[in-house]
Amino acid sequence: MGAYVLRRLWQMIPTLAGVMLLIFVLFNWVGGDPALVLAGKITNKDQIENIRKQLGVDQPAYVQLGYFAFEVATGFTCTWKSYTDKAEPPKLDAKTPGSAADSATKAKANSGCQAVRSWATNEEVPKILTTRITPTLTIMIPVLILETLLGVILAIGVAYARGTLTDRMIMMICTVAMSVSFLVYIIVAQYIFGFQLGWFPVQGWSDSFWKNITYYAPLPIALAVFVGLAPALRLYRSFFLDEINNEYVRTARAKGVPEKTVMMKHVLRNAMIPILTNIGIALPGIFVGSFLLETFFSIPGLGREILVAVNRSDFPVIKAATVYLAMVTMIINLLVDVLYKAVDPRVTFK
Amino acid sequence: MSAAFMNTPSTAPAAPLHQPSPGLWMLAWRRLKHDKVGMVSLAVVIIFLLMMVGSYTGLIAKNWSKEAGVSYANPSFMAGAENLEAVRTKADPNAIKIEPVDLSDIDPLAPRYKEWAERTAKIKTTETPRAETLPFGGDKWGRDVLQKAIKGAETSIFVGLFAALFAVFIGTTLGAISGYMGGKIGDLLEWFYNVFTSIPYILLILAFAAVFASSPQLAAYKGVPMVVAILAFTGWTGIYRLIRSEYIKHASREYVKAAQAIGASNSRRMFVHILPNVSHVCLVQLSQHVVQFIKAEVILSYLGLGVPVDSVSWGTMLAEAQSELVIGKWWQLAAAGISMAILVTAFSMLTDSLRDALDPKIK
Repeated sequence: MGAYVLRRLWQMIPTLAGVMLLIFVLFNWVGGDPALVLAGKITNKDQIENIRKQLGVDQPAYVQLGYFAFEVATGFTCTWKSYTDKAEPPKLDAKTPGSAADSATKAKANSGCQAVRSWATNEEVPKILTTRITPTLTIMIPVLILETLLGVILAIGVAYARGTLTDRMIMMICTVAMSVSFLVYIIVAQYIFGFQLGWFPVQGWSDSFWKNITYYAPLPIALAVFVGLAPALRLYRSFFLDEINNEYVRTARAKGVPEKTVMMKHVLRNAMIPILTNIGIALPGIFVGSFLLETFFSIPGLGREILVAVNRSDFPVIKAATVYLAMVTMIINLLVDVLYKAVDPRVTFK
Repeated sequence: MSAAFMNTPSTAPAAPLHQPSPGLWMLAWRRLKHDKVGMVSLAVVIIFLLMMVGSYTGLIAKNWSKEAGVSYANPSFMAGAENLEAVRTKADPNAIKIEPVDLSDIDPLAPRYKEWAERTAKIKTTETPRAETLPFGGDKWGRDVLQKAIKGAETSIFVGLFAALFAVFIGTTLGAISGYMGGKIGDLLEWFYNVFTSIPYILLILAFAAVFASSPQLAAYKGVPMVVAILAFTGWTGIYRLIRSEYIKHASREYVKAAQAIGASNSRRMFVHILPNVSHVCLVQLSQHVVQFIKAEVILSYLGLGVPVDSVSWGTMLAEAQSELVIGKWWQLAAAGISMAILVTAFSMLTDSLRDALDPKIK
């Protein structure tokens, strides 16, 4: 077990290096000269040269990659430049000399570390990521729980009634429901329940968790659950059907176990294994999965932040989010694999 | 053997005994023909594809950008409905008639107004008669929503189809190399796959979109080609995985060994001998990814990361529809939403039918 986890962690290193390399190639080469992206409409050569120096893109590629690796290692709280040249005050923020903010940044510069900042808002990137994650999780954790519970319960019911008209009708409805764009559901639901009927606020967010979860979040959560239910139901039904056709089910029936016990005990427990795999696959998605809902309902979450960053070509935010979410994904995958052991005793770690 | 017989010119006409047994595709087609749902969905998909070709070549929906009706023209079936927006635009000429304040003594341009008025009079403007109603209503500029939906279908299906073809091409090529070659190359490609799959899919799409949009070299490809590239470069991983496992399975089969024995090269074995045997997997994946990419294109275009504003797709229509719904103009939403739902439903059902027909295990 311990050896397995260690080996998996060891295997993460090349993958993580690959993720960083991919991001580096994308944002430093494919995306054009980062200095020009940041400069925007500035055409003054000296200024652009200055920005280039600040960003370190005047250095050879392997040095730049080193800078990036250093930023990732420090959690984007420290740029290599600020770490090495303590004397040089940060030029990007020094707009109003003499102000209180300026002296504060100077003091910070002297202490050594300067966090990577957003190109658009000049906000510190680690701060952006940590503050935006709470609203996203406020939406997505209830969604994941409700969707799984409802999906499993309905799927048992449908699998129990397999082959009947009800079963076929529900599967048909699921296929049709899945084919309508998520956008249409959001637009219509926001219009009907928010605007026309006024049952829910059309959009908004507050600082209080309780108000968010009881007042602002219910409509987005209900929408996400509703839309996610159809594919979940279809998938979970197929898992149950796979189990129902097994020999042990026939044996249980033959020895006179009531159908209810067969379904709830024998079939459910075995079908939980692929269901858990599926949840494991879906789990990393909760960090950005709600970006459409966040955009429509003005929820200051991570997904919306990334979308805004994409529209503004705010590369530092996208880079940081991508690297860290990739790490989180890898760790969640490892945890899910370890949890398997708890669910399925047949699993052995190789 | 039978091929050798047929090549000899002296043999008598082929005996009926030598009827070739139907191949995989023939059998699959026979199975599909018995599947009513599959045939209906195939018909719907073909109609949509014909519509796409028709609108691309300009046979239908040629005048989608013509402002044929009044602003937010009502659909023909509800001609009597109140249309405040159109009334407002009509009222505009009256509003201008209000006597303007005489500024001629301080207006430096005043002496030239007459000259300009004469020159304007020379230019002919044709005021197109604007219809009060359109078959399925009009949008803000009075364009026919039905034609817009057809044109939007063209863009969305085009993107979905080509992105899927491109993704299947990447996935199949890499999967074939990785599965067949194995070893160091296989490990390298596996690493590549792990890198792509460890980033959440949505984030990967958004990162590619951000990078491609800001790239000066790629600026010429903005719009449809860029969306196709974004979707294909991020969406090949699932196909790669499946094709790779198929190739691992097939690489050790006897017919491949036999091909090796007669001296077929590696690439010949990979793409001439094995590929036809896994092509059914490619087809099902293609069909499945078209659906997935059409949905993705709609969302990307809605977010402004997809096709440009001057062209129309289901996504841009939905983006307009959001604000229209608030003033009660529901038809653009309905047109885009329903046409997309029909196509996607048909395509998903066709995918299921194809899978059933092509999977020899299910009979």
